[in-house]
Amino acid sequence: MNNDYQAKHSGGAPIGEEQPLLRVQQLSRTYTGAKRPAVDNISFDLERGECLGLVGESGCGKSTLSRCLMRIEDADSGSIWLDGQDIARLNARKLKAYRRRIQIVFQNPSASLNPKLKIADSLIDPYEQLVNGTPLQHFTYTSREAYLRQLLEAVELPAELMNRYPHELSGGQRQRVTIARAIGIEPDVILFDEPTASLDVISQGAVLDLLATLRTSLGLSYLFISHDLAAVHRISQHMMVMREGKIVDRFAASALMSETRHPYTKELISIF
Amino acid sequence: MKSTVSVETSDPHKRKWHKPRAQAIIAILFALFVLTASFYAFVILKHDPSLTDLRGRLLGASAEHPFGTDHLGRDVLTRLLLGGVQTLGYSLLALGVALLIGIPLGIIAGYKRGWVDRLFVRVADGFLAFPDTIVAIVLSGLLGAGIGNLVLAIVIVKWVSYARLVRSIVLSESQKEYILIARTNGLSDARIMRKHLLPHIAGHVLVLASLDLGKIILLISSLSYIGLGAQPPTPEWGAMLNDSRPYFQSRPELMIYPGLAIVCVVLLANMLGDTLRDLFDVKKEVQP
Repeated sequence: MNNDYQAKHSGGAPIGEEQPLLRVQQLSRTYTGAKRPAVDNISFDLERGECLGLVGESGCGKSTLSRCLMRIEDADSGSIWLDGQDIARLNARKLKAYRRRIQIVFQNPSASLNPKLKIADSLIDPYEQLVNGTPLQHFTYTSREAYLRQLLEAVELPAELMNRYPHELSGGQRQRVTIARAIGIEPDVILFDEPTASLDVISQGAVLDLLATLRTSLGLSYLFISHDLAAVHRISQHMMVMREGKIVDRFAASALMSETRHPYTKELISIF
Repeated sequence: MKSTVSVETSDPHKRKWHKPRAQAIIAILFALFVLTASFYAFVILKHDPSLTDLRGRLLGASAEHPFGTDHLGRDVLTRLLLGGVQTLGYSLLALGVALLIGIPLGIIAGYKRGWVDRLFVRVADGFLAFPDTIVAIVLSGLLGAGIGNLVLAIVIVKWVSYARLVRSIVLSESQKEYILIARTNGLSDARIMRKHLLPHIAGHVLVLASLDLGKIILLISSLSYIGLGAQPPTPEWGAMLNDSRPYFQSRPELMIYPGLAIVCVVLLANMLGDTLRDLFDVKKEVQP
């Protein structure tokens, strides 16, 4: 299917029929000195408004994929189309417009928040740097405090937490703050890189429910990366299974238990 | 038994304040003593610190000259107090300039990595290969005796340790995800360094600086003692020690006063550093 697609759209933005929001094509990344590519010729589409889950064990290349999508690292080859624009080749200035539309939430909320800054100072960064005064749809910026209050309310946290430091919050609260930071500029896509891995089971469930609510209420699309098959299945409409840098299986979440699953997927299911 | 329990259950912040409180009392007493002495010397007696009076030389303690006079008949208390201002002032100046050079260079080297960092490490290693005192002596010898050149020499030997400390903190902090997120959120390098990295180094640098203050005071005094720092008739503790050397047998207190002043101030500076280290909770291993 990729060759077909590539033939139609080589060298320019994809045109024609209904486009997915995010289209990744034949993305590869090999670290110097590594035996095999960390990300090996990966292609997938993320439709507007859906949650696409990506499951894989540690070291399968999930995080490298998310870093390439965020342009924290550059892929060796392949393309990342967001609404018909190839992100993989954007220069620094145009990249800023892209960053406005895609946000990331990492696994460890303690490392994702600067311990020396108050919650408010960490939360305001994306808005100050990326929004440039264009009005938002769901949040309104009348004053810094009013805006931050809305963000914290959206993730079901008391507004007075904005004047606290990260170490004064629980792990679950901290992860909610990083989610608030990601949704605050109303991006199109949010990448979640193991967002529930460092939380206890109860917080995990609560955060997953919150993410599902936010996706529908704010019209977001998620790429949800995790090793936790149950969490991915709970939140996603479509799922992909990654192994040694390659996507070995993809299916609708409802078809997880189907007999036609890839043997590796079945192995993952049997572990859970 | 009862007391053990009460210690264990007491608020940790309360216990943390015990040592600083004792140190604060000592520091306040010293400051009160210096203030009283200054008031007496500058407001009541008003001696000219450079006025020589050969008929009144080497006088003992009196109401007019509480610490006596030196070999040129100058009031020792006045010179001691002014010498303190000189020594402390130049130490703080040298420290300030060293910080202004060391902090930005350390942040840039640690954040940029790559060839910038490698170049920095080579240069820093070069500076650190020589002992502080030797370099300061050689530099102030080459540049010529004088307090300005001495301050310059101290800046040259001291900025490296701050830059290295800052670099090591920035190296470890800039690996963390919040820096990655700040980058993906479009913050410029300069803004990341200012907003996200600078708060991490303030405590560490303050602690190192206050511990260094004592060493710098010693360095200025010892170089002035051998004639490379403050030049006569400027009152400076090291220079005063040297001036009083020939009269050591007849008037030992002329050497004891400035010597004691140096000891007190260096001890106080170290206490300040200790207190700050406790307050900022800086781990000892970070100190270079």
